[in-house]
Amino acid sequence: MPKIRLDGLSKRFGDTEVLHGIDLEMEDAEFTVLVGPSGCGKSTTLRMIAGLETVSAGEIYIDERPISRLEPKDRDLAMVFQDYALYPHMNVAKNMSFALRLQKRPRKEIDQKVHEVAEMLGLTNYLHRKPAELSGGQRQRVAMGRALTRDSSTFLFDEPLSNLDAKLRTQMRAELALMRQRVHKNMIYVTHDQIEAMTLADRIVVMHDGHIQQEGTPEALFKQPINKFVAGFLGTPPMNFLDATIESDGDSTRLSGDGFSLCCDQATLDILADYSSRKICLGIRPSDLIYDPQAAADTALTLQVDIAEYIGAQSVLICHCGHQKVMVELKSDTPISLGEKLTFRLALEDLHLFNPANDHAIPGFVAVESTDSQ
Amino acid sequence: MNYSTINRITPYIFLAPAVIIMLIALLYPLGYMIYGSFRDWDPSQAIGESTFIGLGNYISLWNDPNFHESLTVTLKFAITVVFIEMIVGVGLALLLDRNLRGMSLLRTMFILPMMIAPVVVGLIWRYMYHPSIGIFNQTLEKIGLGSVDWLGQHALMSVIIADIWQWTPFIFILSLAALQSLPRSALEAARIDGASGWQQIIYIKLPLMMPVLIVTCLLRLIDAFKVLEVILVMTEGGPGLSTEILALRISRTATEFRELGVAAAMSNYLLMLLLILTIIMLAYNKIQELQAVRLRMAAEKEVD
Ligand SMILES: Nc1ncnc2c1ncn2[C@@H]1O[C@H](COP(=O)(O)OP(=O)(O)OP(=O)(O)O)[C@@H](O)[C@H]1O
Ligand SMILES: [Mg+2]
Repeated sequence: MPKIRLDGLSKRFGDTEVLHGIDLEMEDAEFTVLVGPSGCGKSTTLRMIAGLETVSAGEIYIDERPISRLEPKDRDLAMVFQDYALYPHMNVAKNMSFALRLQKRPRKEIDQKVHEVAEMLGLTNYLHRKPAELSGGQRQRVAMGRALTRDSSTFLFDEPLSNLDAKLRTQMRAELALMRQRVHKNMIYVTHDQIEAMTLADRIVVMHDGHIQQEGTPEALFKQPINKFVAGFLGTPPMNFLDATIESDGDSTRLSGDGFSLCCDQATLDILADYSSRKICLGIRPSDLIYDPQAAADTALTLQVDIAEYIGAQSVLICHCGHQKVMVELKSDTPISLGEKLTFRLALEDLHLFNPANDHAIPGFVAVESTDSQ
Repeated sequence: MNYSTINRITPYIFLAPAVIIMLIALLYPLGYMIYGSFRDWDPSQAIGESTFIGLGNYISLWNDPNFHESLTVTLKFAITVVFIEMIVGVGLALLLDRNLRGMSLLRTMFILPMMIAPVVVGLIWRYMYHPSIGIFNQTLEKIGLGSVDWLGQHALMSVIIADIWQWTPFIFILSLAALQSLPRSALEAARIDGASGWQQIIYIKLPLMMPVLIVTCLLRLIDAFKVLEVILVMTEGGPGLSTEILALRISRTATEFRELGVAAAMSNYLLMLLLILTIIMLAYNKIQELQAVRLRMAAEKEVD
């Protein structure tokens, strides 16, 4: 499969620049997911790759060939739209075979391809229906099928699951993951759903305000976010951020803040050498806080429970520590009551530290060679 | 009277004034015309004094070569103008459906002809077609092509051109509205699927616009059958009967020939023709609706 590379890709609508120089290189047959909050420019990036939006500056390369001036049809790619974009006046078979019919492929080949894909997606019985006669999930499948019947080297998806209900979305996500294993193609997938991003991606690209914040494997991004935005964006419930200061009294050094004071080990201290007596920001994933009534005060947070959100086996507790809000996860059968103070153990190595001045992770504490951002 | 009866009849009470006015304004003249069409009726007589002759007027018209001629001219005129207007109007809409600077100004200019009063249109064109001082012949002569006898030898063609000029904008704006309400993403999908500009028009745009186009075409056809003022001003039906469309013949029968009964019968023939077109249009709408309902039901059943 050809390699896709974006080089300083920018987009202006009138006077407002919405993408500020995107550099990105996708490996062969990689499943790349663009995530980010609404309006950050994911769709715009994808549509520029597809050729539906013009490029304001920068270039898109496919196998080192600049393509930003080519028509969409000359770029050898297929796309699945958020609203499916099926042709309302054609039945399912006609929808799926439209591209092949335009290419004047032999009838037999077209029929065979359509049936093959319909089989794979469970659409065989619906080939003669019009889109209006299908349910949302089936339409979604047809949209997917239309992309698959073409032997394009690259697939683009723009939030293909966002119009489905929660149950169907989970099911389609699993089907996508399965299809992913069978189809050896480049895939670029846009979503704002981080669970989709985490489960499907080989590589996640987190975007914010028209900039790439960080890219890497789901695990790398989850474990070593390079700034507060990425840290807070990935993971549910989101990471907690607590303001703290580094305080030394004699031979012990502590990270203290409103309502807590944690003991610091030598390794952490070395990293924080430059930051002594300065304020820092602690990032703590809810899942890293372990309920432990016996924990020593200097390795734990004591939290007062405000709200308990029951979501099945686990509950999410919204608590406060001093004046700061903290979310934790807890087994639902743990007997607790609102307003109660609970102790949660915390391992130092699970802490994320950020420089409050610029929200970047403190270098050294992030163990990756950051590929970089901004 | 209990509440439910009151609730049931309230809407009718509110509708009554409008219905009564409608009946008087619409049905009374219509009834009068139908009644008159069965009589041998001179304008100097009150309708009561005229003699009843049954289907006499209809039968004599049926065999009247002049009426046939007039009907043929009307059909030729209506079909030609609507055909050309559809092609030009839809073509222009396809051409101008893009977001370029100045496009909205251009669109507004295109619809101007439709806003001019028909009598004025007739006058303007009559001057432009004038054999010696008209702009067409002057231009033709200047470039050495000789003059054309617009309103003489080629009268029908000339009135057709004027009508096309006036009414193409109507089809243009309706087609443009239809085009702009097409699902954008389906067109984008077609571009990615490899459709060229022409292929997008033929395989996606036109089929999706079809319901609007059919209704537009029928509306225009109904209107073209009734055209009067422009032709009256330009040619008065001549030379000979070459541009004497039905509406014109009706008015002449009533005023010049003083045969109100025959004029009424002729109007009824025209009415029947238009009625057929209207029924086709309504039936088409109904079929569309039923189809949409059927599709929706099928989709819903699937979900259960
Ligand atoms: N045609 C346009 N004209 C002007 N501004 C636009 C246009 N399309 C997008 N934008 C702007 O560009 C920015 C990025 O939009 P984009 O659609 O790429 O966001 P997104 O990341 O896909 O968001 P979402 O998750 O809501 O789909 C937004 O601020 C949007 O307002
Ligand atoms: Mg989007």
